[in-house]
This record gives sequence, C-alpha cells and structure tokens, in this order.
Amino acid sequence: MNSHLLPLAAVGEVGKSFFHHRTSETLPCQADTSKLFCFDWAKDNIGRYETPTLQHVELVAISVLVGFAIAFALALLAHRRRWLQPPLLAATGVLYTVPSLAFFFLLLPITGLGRDTVVIALAAYTLQIIYRNTMTGLANVSASVRDAARGMGLTDRQILWRVELPLATPEIVAGLRIATVSTVAIATLAVFAGGGGLGQQIYTGGQLTFKTNIIIAGGIAILMAISFDLILLGIQRYATRWRRVAER
Amino acid sequence: MIGLFLSPLLPASIGGAIEFIFEPQSSNVTGGKKVGGFSQVIELTITQLELTVLALGLSMLVALPVGLFLGHRGTGELLAVGLGNAGRAIPELALIAFMAAAIGVGLLNVTIALAVLGIPPILTNTFVGIRQVDRATVEAARGIGMTEPEVLFKVEVPLAIPTLMTGIRGATINIVATATIAPLAGVLTLGDFIINRNVYGSNGVLAGAILVALLALALEFSLAGLQRLLTSKGLKLSAA
Repeated sequence: MNSHLLPLAAVGEVGKSFFHHRTSETLPCQADTSKLFCFDWAKDNIGRYETPTLQHVELVAISVLVGFAIAFALALLAHRRRWLQPPLLAATGVLYTVPSLAFFFLLLPITGLGRDTVVIALAAYTLQIIYRNTMTGLANVSASVRDAARGMGLTDRQILWRVELPLATPEIVAGLRIATVSTVAIATLAVFAGGGGLGQQIYTGGQLTFKTNIIIAGGIAILMAISFDLILLGIQRYATRWRRVAER
Repeated sequence: MIGLFLSPLLPASIGGAIEFIFEPQSSNVTGGKKVGGFSQVIELTITQLELTVLALGLSMLVALPVGLFLGHRGTGELLAVGLGNAGRAIPELALIAFMAAAIGVGLLNVTIALAVLGIPPILTNTFVGIRQVDRATVEAARGIGMTEPEVLFKVEVPLAIPTLMTGIRGATINIVATATIAPLAGVLTLGDFIINRNVYGSNGVLAGAILVALLALALEFSLAGLQRLLTSKGLKLSAA
C-alpha cells in the first residue's frame, strides 16, 4: 500500500539526485552565489516542481479534510454535551502547541516515517482552529432564532442542520481557511518526515545555498496558500447566498 | 511494511530516547565522540529558549507599538489584519532557508527570520483587542479627564489583555516551533537532534521531538499563567 513512498524513506537522501543533477550542468548565473535569482535555471527547471507541488496539494487536502471531519464531529458532540467542551478545548490546544516537526517524530515509534505520519500531524494541528471556530459559530446563533425554529415544530436535529449550522457557516469556513493556509506553510516541513512536498525542493541534500530554488519553491507555497484561501472564500460565498438576500 | 520503511532508523524507543536525554551515547559518525546526554540537552535547550526570547522580544518591539497606535486611532485595519492573514502563508522552511542562503547564517539572522513570523499574530491581535474595547467606555474615560495615553494604557490595554496575550502566545508557538529548524541556519537548538539523524541516531531524533514538545508546552502554560496574572480582577469577575 505504501510502496510508492519508499524512495522518500530516508531524509538524508531526499533530493540528492536533484543536487547531483544540478551540479552536473552549472549555468553561469547559477555559479555566481551573489545572484538572488537565476532566470535561466528557472526556465530550464520549472518542470521539476510539478511532482512536489502535486504532492504538497495532496498532503494539504488530505490533512485538512481529515482534520475537518474530526473537528466537526467533535464540535457537534460538544454542542450536545456541554461538559465535553473544556476537555476538548484543552486537548486540541495541546495538539496545536506541539511543534509540527516534533509531532512528526513523536509518531516515529508508532507510524514510522512517511506520508501517513505527516498527515496525522498536520490534521492534528488543524483540529483546534476548526473546532474552536465551529463552536463559536454555533454559540453565536441567537437564542430567539432557536426558539422560533422550535416554535415552528423543528426537532433538535432539524434545528442543528437547518438553522444553526447554516448560520454558523461563515465562522466554520473562516476556521477552515486559517487551518488550510497554515497547513500549506507547515507542510513544507514534511520533507524531514519523508512526506515529500515542496520542502523537498527547498532542503535539497542538506544544502541551503541555491536561492533561486528556495524562492521558486517558497513562492509556489505562498501562491498555493492564496489559491486555497480564494477557493474556500468562494465556497463560503456560495454556501451563504441567503446572507446577500437578507442584506438587500 | 512499516518495518521495511523504518529499516535505516530502527530501533527508536521511548526508553532509548530517555536514556539519550540523560546519558551520552556513542555515535556512528563522530569518531568515538559521544553525543546526547544531559549537558548537551541543557545547552541546546538554552540556545532554543534564548533564540525564542530574542525573536519574541524583537517582534513585540515592532508589533506592539504599531498595533497599539493603529488600534487607538482606529485606522489601518487593512494593514493590521491583512498582515496577520498574510503572515500565516509564509512557509517556515523557505523563510529560514532564504535567510540562511541570501543573508547568511548565525544567531542575528535567525532571530530576524523568526521575528518575522511573530509580528503578524501580535500586530493583528493587538489591533483587534484595542478596537474591541467598547467605545462608550473610552468616551467615559475621556469624560473624566484622562489624557490619550491614560485612555490607552489605563483603559484600553487592560481591557484588551486577553486578546493581546492570545497574539503573543500564538507568536511564541510559531517562533519556538520554527526555532526547531534553526540548525539549518547554523544555530544549534534542540532541533539539531531531529535534523541530524545520522549523528544522533533514531533515539536522539525521538528524544529531540519529546524535548521540543515539552519546551513548547511549558512556554504555552507559563504564558497562560502570565495572562491570568495580567488580566485585571474586574474582567475575571465579569467573566465568571
């Protein structure tokens, strides 16, 4: 099942082939270490970012989806059973505090290295933000709205799905946006845990001297974060069309 | 399957990691020189704390005055909030790598890079915290003859402490987490155990992960305690 991940298992080996390849045909502007950006190299090598970029998108998408599923379920549970709120907030807070790099390697004896470990750590990191925003969204639904819904004969379940959650959507999506943007940035560290992604291009064979490469990979990560943010913003607009009607 | 995966790094065990923290271990690549042990753990912990405090101090020095000023004036929301959102998108690894490659390695450069990560959350939360203070309260303070600095420091700041501290805690978490990859830029923090696996072995990696996690949690708990101390009694009463 995980066989396709094997070449990434050892961190020290990540990107070594890239490093050799790079030194084998040195361009003039590449050899000049004072240059900030080497356009010739970028033009020739833009193709090598395709796989890491796709890997990065995949890591972020899976982690955020897993994190969202768990955090959303926890929030619904805590919404019904109030006594769960303080312990859940504390637990997700602890997961949020543990630095991601440490998290990857705390999982070392349990899940080993590779993409699964990275996904677990990144998903755990998103829990706090999504959980807290969902709870805030649900708590901000005014009691009179809830009463009106009850007066119309809706059951608790109907109130949750038809009234409370739609009203809480802006906060929930806001949490999702924060979580996604942070995850794009943190996923650059996945390279240390053998998870691939754009970090693989930044940290090549333990070398940090080739700036063009760092700028391109970092730039792709930032653009990716912005794109994800805009997509989620679009989803939020679409999911809350009733808001614009109400404002008219 | 997982065993196959891990073959170059086995065995890593909690017991081995704890042993690594307290007793120096032999290493494959240092030519007989032992690695790990309590004295090295303390040394790297101090460096990481030092780096975190320096970077946090620098980002507070920049972000607090700007946030307080903009919040009090009620202008520059786009700057204060937009910067906070944009700051989250900065890839930590790329930032550290770029600083190391373009400007150079060393404590000062890493401090600046980490401070960049700390500024957005502090600026945004300071601004939002001050803005959230009820305008009627501020008017009342002016009405009883308080000067503008008094309004800011005796009314707005105390009322904004919870939000303000949330920003500082967020910045601290960001900074201490990213300080873990500082060894890439020549500052040896606890992250060295994690990054240089061939020197410290897999027990060292796990030990590093445990220590970094404990350090981050300890900082977070101390700041939560500090927040409780700084929050005025009146605010605590109204929350209860």
